[in-house]
Amino acid sequence: MAQVTLTVNGKQHTVEVEGRTLLVELLREKLGLTGTHIGCDTSQCGACVVHIDGISVKSCTQLALQADGANILTIEGLADADGTLHPMQEMFREHHALQCGFCTPGMVMTAVDLVQSHPEGLSEKEIREGLEGNLCRCTGYHNIVKAIAAAHPLMHAQAAE
Amino acid sequence: MYDFAYQKPGSLADAVKVLSGDMEAKALAGGQTLIPVLKQRLNKPATVVDLSALGLTGITVSGGVITIGAMTRHADIASNADIKAKIPGLAHQASLIGDEAVRHRGTMGGSLANNDPAACYPSALLALGGTIKTDRRTIAADDFFQGMFTTALEQGEIITSIDLPIPEKSAYEKFRNPASRYAIVGVFVAKFANGVRLAITGASQDGVFRHTEMEKALSANFSPDAIAGIVTPADGLNGDIHASSEYRAHLIGVISKRAVAKAA
Ligand SMILES: Cc1cc2nc3c(=O)[nH]c(=O)nc-3n(C[C@H](O)[C@H](O)[C@H](O)COP(=O)(O)OP(=O)(O)OC[C@H]3O[C@@H](n4cnc5c(N)ncnc54)[C@H](O)[C@@H]3O)c2cc1C
Ligand code: FES
Ligand code: FES
Repeated sequence: MAQVTLTVNGKQHTVEVEGRTLLVELLREKLGLTGTHIGCDTSQCGACVVHIDGISVKSCTQLALQADGANILTIEGLADADGTLHPMQEMFREHHALQCGFCTPGMVMTAVDLVQSHPEGLSEKEIREGLEGNLCRCTGYHNIVKAIAAAHPLMHAQAAE
Repeated sequence: MYDFAYQKPGSLADAVKVLSGDMEAKALAGGQTLIPVLKQRLNKPATVVDLSALGLTGITVSGGVITIGAMTRHADIASNADIKAKIPGLAHQASLIGDEAVRHRGTMGGSLANNDPAACYPSALLALGGTIKTDRRTIAADDFFQGMFTTALEQGEIITSIDLPIPEKSAYEKFRNPASRYAIVGVFVAKFANGVRLAITGASQDGVFRHTEMEKALSANFSPDAIAGIVTPADGLNGDIHASSEYRAHLIGVISKRAVAKAA
């Protein structure tokens, strides 16, 4: 066993883990943050995407120990403390961008990074390409793409405030 | 996943020492190949040695060569202004690897060390005639790849950087597997003042290879027409549920022409 210290959604934790413990296992099993999902064992589905130091990463393809000292944001850390949804979450709701919801945490985290890293704007093609690592078995992606396009101006307006 | 000890050495010398002294130790770069492999229990290292604290990142240009640190991520290669301007084929290639999250973690050194027969970068290194620098020596691209998942690297040898000569023109075209995103056939073409080099990934059972017949034709006439009549035999090419060897042989012609059209 070894110790890893990391900040998750603004709160610092020190956790005992094995060498093989994945970041997603630390989040789900040690910290009880089960919003981050595991949808595959081949690193292909993106249900597990979280932000490490602001960048979208598959938490199933990352050792917990690699995240020592890192700042992690999960789906649970996105909404305001008073429950006000993040614009991306709000737009997913408004545009019916989910059905069963299993892929949604990973979709939202990927989408937030995508929008943040493209302040100049995002074409529909760029949004679809940006979602290549996130699989949805329900929606056909159409409404997810619409939700992300709608969230773009809201997020950048909020950032400019 | 079997358990292992995790180490993160702070110097190259320490990393080499750990990796060389222990036959069951394995280097960890971006983990985008190694961790899926460990999850499938296809490999059982006793120690995993994280290379991320060795300072092996960065992209520099000098004297007609671009040098890329082994731990440089795919996303940083895809977005680097010098690479986009001087080796556009490489920037484009990096932008097509996997998906955003994979590109945020995966590294050039890890991909080259792994030498997956369907990986993208081996074709760039070979077509550009690049050089691998390790903790102990330099290895020319033509000597580095030694069949699928096999390279000239010794136990414990660490790639530190990659030197890529800047060509006059370059392009990468990829016919990809829509599920895994790896290349079914990928072609990197590079035109230099003294000739053309063209490397093919994804297709051969021996991994990446140079298509010398096409190189000769393209060195005389750098246009898709120059290679339109070249037939690649299916012998020795991969055949699987995704594509038969005959189909891959056909794709080599089609994708090579597209790559040349793009570069020209
Ligand atoms: C969903 C998905 C899609 C992908 N699609 C593609 C694709 O389209 N094209 C493509 O080319 N690749 C693809 N990949 C693989 C990806 O590019 C990996 O990042 C890459 O193959 C390995 O790099 P890494 O830094 O992640 O290495 P790791 O996984 O950390 O290591 C890979 C191997 O290299 C060794 N190693 C790593 N660094 C060094 C070094 N500096 N010196 C010596 N040995 C070293 C390790 O010991 C290990 O054996 C995909 C991966 C995933 C998960
Ligand atoms: S759980 Fe499928 S990519 Fe991480
Ligand atoms: S909403 Fe069901 S998998 Fe995407």
